[in-house]
Amino acid sequence: MPYALFLLAMLVVLALCWRFLGAYMAAVYEGRTAWLAFLERPVYRLLRLDPEVEQSWQRYAGALVAYSAVAIAVVYGMQRLQGHLFLDPQHLGAVSPALAFNTAVSFVTNTNWQNYAGETTMSYLTQMGALAVQNFASASVGIAVAVALIRGFARRSSPTIGNFWVDLVRGVLYILLPISLVAAVVFVGQGALQTFAGPVSVHDALNGVTQVIPRGPVASQEVIKQLGTNGGGFFNANGADPFENPTGLTNFLSAALILSIPVSLTYTFGKMVGNLREGVAILAVMAVLFGGWLAIANTAELGGNPAVAAAGIAHQGGGNMEGKEVRFGVAQSTFYDVASTQTSTGSVDGANDSYTPMGGFALLTGMMLGEVSPGGVGSGLYTILLFAIVAVFIGGLMVGRTPEYLGKKIQAREVKLAALGVLVMPITVLVLSAIAVSLPAGRSAALNGGPHGFSEILYAFTSQANNNGSAFAGLSGNTPFYNILGGLAMLLGRFAIIVPTLALAGTLAAKPAVAASSGTFRTDTPLYAGLLLGVILIVGALTFFPAVSLGPIVEQLSHGRFFS
Amino acid sequence: MSHHAVLTPAAEAAPTPRGTRGVVSRRGLFDREIVVPALGAAVRKLDPRIQFRNPVMFVVLCGTVVTFVESVAHPGLFDWSVTLWLLLTVLFANFAEAVAEGRGKAQADALRQMRADTTARRLCEDGTEERVASADLRRGDRVVCEAGDVIPSDGEIEQGVASVDESAITGESAPVIRESGGDRSAVTGGTRVLSDRIVVRITAERGQTFLDRMIGLVEGATRQKTPNEIALSILLAALTIVFLPVVVALEPFARDAGTTVSIVVLVSLLVCLIPTTIGALLSAIGIAGMDRLVQRNVLAMSGRAVEAAGDVQTLLLDKTGTVTLGNRMASAFWPVGGHDERTLADGAQLASLADETPEGRSIVVLAKERFNLRERELGAGHVFVPFSAQTRMSGLDDGARRIRKGAADAVKQFVRAQRGEIPTELDPLVERIARAGATPLVVADGARVLGVIELKDVVKTGIRERFDEMRRMGIRTVMITGDNPLTAAAIAEEAGVDDFLAEATPEAKMALIRTEQEGGKLVAMTGDGTNDAPALAQADVGVAMNTGTTAAKEAGNMVDLDSNPTKLIDVVEIGKQLLITRGALTTFSIANDVAKYFAIIPALFVTAYPQLRTLNIMGLHSPTSAVLSAVIFNALIIVALIPLALRGVRFRPMSAGAILRRNLLIFGVGGIILPFLAIKLIDLFLTAVGWY
Repeated sequence: MPYALFLLAMLVVLALCWRFLGAYMAAVYEGRTAWLAFLERPVYRLLRLDPEVEQSWQRYAGALVAYSAVAIAVVYGMQRLQGHLFLDPQHLGAVSPALAFNTAVSFVTNTNWQNYAGETTMSYLTQMGALAVQNFASASVGIAVAVALIRGFARRSSPTIGNFWVDLVRGVLYILLPISLVAAVVFVGQGALQTFAGPVSVHDALNGVTQVIPRGPVASQEVIKQLGTNGGGFFNANGADPFENPTGLTNFLSAALILSIPVSLTYTFGKMVGNLREGVAILAVMAVLFGGWLAIANTAELGGNPAVAAAGIAHQGGGNMEGKEVRFGVAQSTFYDVASTQTSTGSVDGANDSYTPMGGFALLTGMMLGEVSPGGVGSGLYTILLFAIVAVFIGGLMVGRTPEYLGKKIQAREVKLAALGVLVMPITVLVLSAIAVSLPAGRSAALNGGPHGFSEILYAFTSQANNNGSAFAGLSGNTPFYNILGGLAMLLGRFAIIVPTLALAGTLAAKPAVAASSGTFRTDTPLYAGLLLGVILIVGALTFFPAVSLGPIVEQLSHGRFFS
Repeated sequence: MSHHAVLTPAAEAAPTPRGTRGVVSRRGLFDREIVVPALGAAVRKLDPRIQFRNPVMFVVLCGTVVTFVESVAHPGLFDWSVTLWLLLTVLFANFAEAVAEGRGKAQADALRQMRADTTARRLCEDGTEERVASADLRRGDRVVCEAGDVIPSDGEIEQGVASVDESAITGESAPVIRESGGDRSAVTGGTRVLSDRIVVRITAERGQTFLDRMIGLVEGATRQKTPNEIALSILLAALTIVFLPVVVALEPFARDAGTTVSIVVLVSLLVCLIPTTIGALLSAIGIAGMDRLVQRNVLAMSGRAVEAAGDVQTLLLDKTGTVTLGNRMASAFWPVGGHDERTLADGAQLASLADETPEGRSIVVLAKERFNLRERELGAGHVFVPFSAQTRMSGLDDGARRIRKGAADAVKQFVRAQRGEIPTELDPLVERIARAGATPLVVADGARVLGVIELKDVVKTGIRERFDEMRRMGIRTVMITGDNPLTAAAIAEEAGVDDFLAEATPEAKMALIRTEQEGGKLVAMTGDGTNDAPALAQADVGVAMNTGTTAAKEAGNMVDLDSNPTKLIDVVEIGKQLLITRGALTTFSIANDVAKYFAIIPALFVTAYPQLRTLNIMGLHSPTSAVLSAVIFNALIIVALIPLALRGVRFRPMSAGAILRRNLLIFGVGGIILPFLAIKLIDLFLTAVGWY
């Protein structure tokens, strides 16, 4: 498929998602649809839950954290015990404690950072019963937090922000499961694997060796990995593995699934706060960021490798093909990887480590902006809304009014919570990276020295603190040091943002609305979108400029010269 | 009956020109009397306990200590220069605050002189007088003041009427009448009785008088951080905290890159990145905002009220004194029954000769203007018939001739009683005048109806334009009047207000405020009467007129010393200006960081990675000159912006979008570009003088 057609088709598919999936999600979370009530009600009965009872933000957050703690314990336990459980045809045995911790945190926080090769580490039961379950649940948790925040804006003087359990169940049941079910069939039709039969042994007569080819229930996990912006592949090669991502169509679908919910949530947002233009303004900011970073990455990758060019090879075919799948080509691979890094998905269909410096820069800095373009399911929206509050505060001051956003006054408490939510990620990344480069346990794990090795470490913590899970590769992450530090980064990047976000939802919901007038600073205009864009870029640039200049920027300025 | 239905006392005080007189004098931004003490105060404010209250500047002070220790340990020109400029950065911030405070202190000193202890004549139970120091007066004491006495404390007049010189407080030189009972009974301590004798019941304890509060306010002694200031401080603290790991992490990052960075350079980078510009000027902006209000003779009881003023969405304005000049004026004579206009004018003038009300005077004046009818002396046979609520007419008896003017039905009754004819055109005429918003007064000479005088409310010139400005700022104006809806509608139309409340009672006013607030709007109003007090308290911004009652002054959160209700509009603008200045300087401060990065980052790592020289887009001379230039710029920009912080960013009534676009362009885009140029210039200078 020509790249232009690919982009056009993507635009059409996403536009349709935005309008219809976005409206549908609003209906789901406003309780206006109940076509799956026959499945939903038994769940509530089982949980002994009255779906009509709403929670204060403290209870909502408490339920969310408690649920996540239990989920981490369960996923940890299943990895440790998988050798004693069923569905382990390869007899893989227990996962080491540090890795099991890292992986449990990784999947419950919607990160899907993988310090392991799935096919040779996790049993089918762990893959399906622990990891894939969390792919659904963690995605639903993310959307629930975003919806709770939206309710904070939409409600007037309300003590509650919804019911966490209801939001969790409805997200899985009404949104994630139906879409996954349909899309998985398409993937299977395209040739993705879906089997419980164990690995096959193939005898290579020519070389006289026997090769073991792992198989498994792949397609069912593949769709939710993308749809829920999880990113954790069944196989180590992730989306580059033909069993996961067999054709150009599945590659297109994967990218579309990744972007569908984060993009559509802006419609849900606009719809629920009663002004679609508010959602469009947020979407526009996301689109400009995404487009800009896609342009950087595409230009860099299609332009070829500067080191190869420096070696005197003038023509590099279709650009920097190193680490790219021939099935997809440079442009579409780049699109996939940009979509994946900017949605906190982290799945790959190529090797990010082999990107050109500027291509790698685009992937890395896309995450450093806080995963808001469009970001992970739910997390993208609630994070950009935190930025929006900071932008509204500064912009609102400049028009001479106590700043207000969607009718809610932005005062000390809101600023405090939003600033906290915005700053947790950069502080986590910088502090943990600094620790890693300072200690032998951290530095020796990087494959390369110099700025590229530095980039590998920086990338690892940026990815984990942003709950992305994208790996730059080149870093041997499966050490106790990285498993534990990484787990910490993921926990902070998830819950140190979610809890302030829910507190914000609670404070906002409790406020009455202020009437808008022409003296009110409007937040549904291009001017505001520009301001928000500026705030996101400036916060990102100011916090990461020194670090990035020591990594990809030095590399770029060295024209791809390798450092030892 | 609401006193708003009749002429209000406020109307007599208004209008006063905008501007400043009296003790609250305007001073230049950098008056010697203010600057010299401020220099000393800037050094005294280096006290860490004071600095701790401002987290941004506290970090700078800590950084200064660190670089100082480094300079002592490894003396060098660069380290010492950085230490000096970091210290100057803190001093400049202190200086800005001290200048802002100094302006208030100068005013407070002038006010304090008025409070100079006087003796008061206290009335004892038995009616005798005793001399006591004003300081010993208690609430509830009764004191006597006669011509020449200074009123010892705030109080209410219990007996008598006096003319009082209040220029000490208001700057208004014309004396005002104060009398017992009604809405003009309040007197302020420190003002002087010019004539007559009054008995005043003291209503304020020592230290809590109006004058004391005024001194506290202008001095900033009672200053607390306002809600918005707190919110901004939190954002600034957050921006400071995030730059700590950014800078601290650079040390291991640098080691990883095979180089070392000196702690002095790291501190320099930190200070350049944290929002020192706004951090240094934040409190000066707040103090100066209150000061600007005082300059306009408005006393805000809290900074919170000033901020709320900027948020106001609905302004309730009394018609009389704010929208209109206060008095209805005769504007036309409409003869009936075949009489000519001159006859009517002559009769009207006769009927009004002894009428001292402003309306009456205006009739005499109009007759003189139109027909050159000279004012006649009241003769011996002339008997003035004053207005009464029963007759609803006034006029003159000249022997047997009885001339009357008054409400249409009253005069008609008067004419019919003398078997006179009522011309058929009278009723339609009266109705037409009333419908146009004017007041018809019918004039009769005995049994003959001469015609109708049209009395019109005169809308203040320029008021329509001000309401248009308000509308552009998103503020709805509502005119409050005791007039009937017809009259009110006509005046509202002429003045260009958005809405009106006719036949207003205090209850109706209160209900209107509540409705607006329930709709999420912030309401501002002015008032002066005791029956305004509940509404003043309910409104988000209540400006009490200084001429008003003590109850009104206590209920409101601002007092206008000029008693000029139009000033509410200025108050709103000052509130907005305060927030805009904060927002603009915050934006500027953050935008500045971009250039500082481009100065310092290449300087930091150019030894490890010579390629990073490409980032030195300003072409700065050397790493040391680059860092020092950024630090110097960071310090000097504070001084450069002190005038802006004190004066406030200019406010123009525009829509929010237009204001934002303008300020983003000036302070956002300008804030990015300016430091590139300035740092380059400083670097050129440092290089030219050969220091680096």
